[in-house]
Amino acid sequence: MQSVWTLLSWGPEGWLDDIAYGVFITVSLAAATLPVGLMIGFLVALAKQSNEPSLRLAGNIYTTIFRGLPELLTLFMIFYGAQIGIQQLMRLYDPTAAVEVNAFVSGMIALGVVFSSYASEVFLSAFRAIPKGQYEGGYSVGLSGWQTMRLVVLPQLIRIALPGLANLWLILLKDTALVSAIGLADILRQAGVAARVTKHAFLFFGVAALIYLLLAIISSFGINAIERRVGRQQVQR
Amino acid sequence: MSAAAADVATKVEKPPAIPRGWSRQRVLGYALVGLWIVLGIGMIVYLVEAWNSELFQKYAPGYISGLGVTLTLVAVSIVLGAVLSVPVAYARMSRNRILSSVAYAYVYFFRGTPLLTQVFLVYYGVGSFRPALEAVGLWGFFREAWYCAIFSFTLNTAAYQAEILRGAIESVPRGQWEGAASLGLHKLQTLRKIILPQALIVALRPYGNEIILMIKGSAIVALITVYDLMGITKLTYSRTFDFQSYIWAAIIYLIIVEILRHAVEWIERRITIHLHR
Repeated sequence: MQSVWTLLSWGPEGWLDDIAYGVFITVSLAAATLPVGLMIGFLVALAKQSNEPSLRLAGNIYTTIFRGLPELLTLFMIFYGAQIGIQQLMRLYDPTAAVEVNAFVSGMIALGVVFSSYASEVFLSAFRAIPKGQYEGGYSVGLSGWQTMRLVVLPQLIRIALPGLANLWLILLKDTALVSAIGLADILRQAGVAARVTKHAFLFFGVAALIYLLLAIISSFGINAIERRVGRQQVQR
Repeated sequence: MSAAAADVATKVEKPPAIPRGWSRQRVLGYALVGLWIVLGIGMIVYLVEAWNSELFQKYAPGYISGLGVTLTLVAVSIVLGAVLSVPVAYARMSRNRILSSVAYAYVYFFRGTPLLTQVFLVYYGVGSFRPALEAVGLWGFFREAWYCAIFSFTLNTAAYQAEILRGAIESVPRGQWEGAASLGLHKLQTLRKIILPQALIVALRPYGNEIILMIKGSAIVALITVYDLMGITKLTYSRTFDFQSYIWAAIIYLIIVEILRHAVEWIERRITIHLHR
C-alpha cells in the first residue's frame, strides 16, 4: 500500500504532475472560452435591446435554446454533430476520410455558446439600467453611434454587469468539468484515471474537488480586485 | 389673438410616422430570423427524412421511461434538498460562530465545486470506505448509481436552496420582526405568518431557476450509468449512430424547461397581484 504522499507526489510514482496538466487544460479552456462567450453575449444583448423586432426575436430564440438545453447535451451535440457534418463534407471529395473533431475546440464552442446566452441576459439588464439620457448626451456632443457606445455606454455597462459576469465565470469554471465526458484531459478526467489505476477513488476525486474550490477562491480574489479598481474609478468621477 | 393661436393649433397636424425603411438593423434582423427559420425547417426535414418507424418503436419507450427517471430524480432531490436546506439555512443565520461557519463551509463546498465532481466523489469515492459501510449496512445504498445520484444531488441542491432561503428571509426588513414582536407574536409565529409569506415571493424565481438548473444538471447522471433521458439518448446513439437521437432529447428538454419557466412566471404574476396596480 503506497502512502498518500507518494500518490500525490510529482514524478513517475505520483500523480501530481498529471493532475497539474489537468489544471492547465481546465484553466486554459475556461480562459479561452471567456472572450468568445463575452463577445457573442454582448452581440446577442445588442440584438435583444434593439428597436427592431426581428433582431429581438432572433436574439431571444438564441437565448431560449441554449439556456434550455442541458450543457452536457449541447456539448455532445456539438462534438458528435460537428464530427458527422464535417465527415459528410469530406466524403464528397474523399470517400475514405475519417474526421476526428478536436475535443478542446468543441468544448470551447459548447461552453462559449452556453456562457454567451447567460451573459446576454446580464448585459441586457445592464443596458436597461443605463438611462436614455446617456445616449442622447452622447449624440448631442456630436459623437457617432459607435463612439457613444464605446466611450459613454460601455464603461458604465461593464461596471453594472461585472457582478453578474463574475458569477458566470465561476459557473463556467465548474462547467468545464463536463468536457471530461468527451475525452479532454481536464482535472476531473486526470483524477479519474488516477483513481482507476490506484484504486484510491475518494482521495483523487476529493483532490479534484479541492482544486476546483481553490480555483474558485483564487477567482473571487481576482474578481474582488477588479471590482475595487472599477469602483475606485467611479469614486473619482 | 387667442382665437388665432387656436386656429394655428388646429391646423398643425401630427407628423406622419417615420417610414420604416430597410435600415441595416432591419436587414440584419430579417436575415437572422430567416437563418433560424431555415435551421428549424432543416431540422424538421432531417427528422422526416431520417424517420425510421422500426427504430422509433424500439427506442421511444426508452425515452419515455428516461424522461420519467429524470423527473423523478429531480423531484426527489429537490424535495429532500428543501427539507435539508432548512437546518442549513438556520445554521447559516445563527449567531453561533461555529454553527454558522460549518454551514458556510458546507454551502461553499457544494456551490464551489462542479456537480459532476460531487457525483463522482460519491459514486466512485465511497467504494474506498466499503468495509466501514458494510459494517453499518449502508453499502447496499451506495452501491447503486441511482441512490448515489439522489444522495449527491440532494446535498448539492440543499446548499443552493439554503442560500435562496436565507437570502429571501434576510430580504424581509428587520422592522417586520420587531413589529410582530411588539404585537406579542413569538418567533415561530412571526416566521410563519409574517416573514415567510413575504420571503416566498422573493424566493419563488430563484427556486424556479434552481429546479430548471437541476433538470439540466441531472443530465450528468448519464455518466454514472443511470438511464435518465440523457442516458437513454447516449445509449441509443451508441447503438444506432443516428444523430436524431440527440435532437429528440434536445426537443424534450427544451419543452420541459420552457413549460417550467412559463409556469414560474405565471405563479409569480398570480402571487404578486396585490403589488401591481
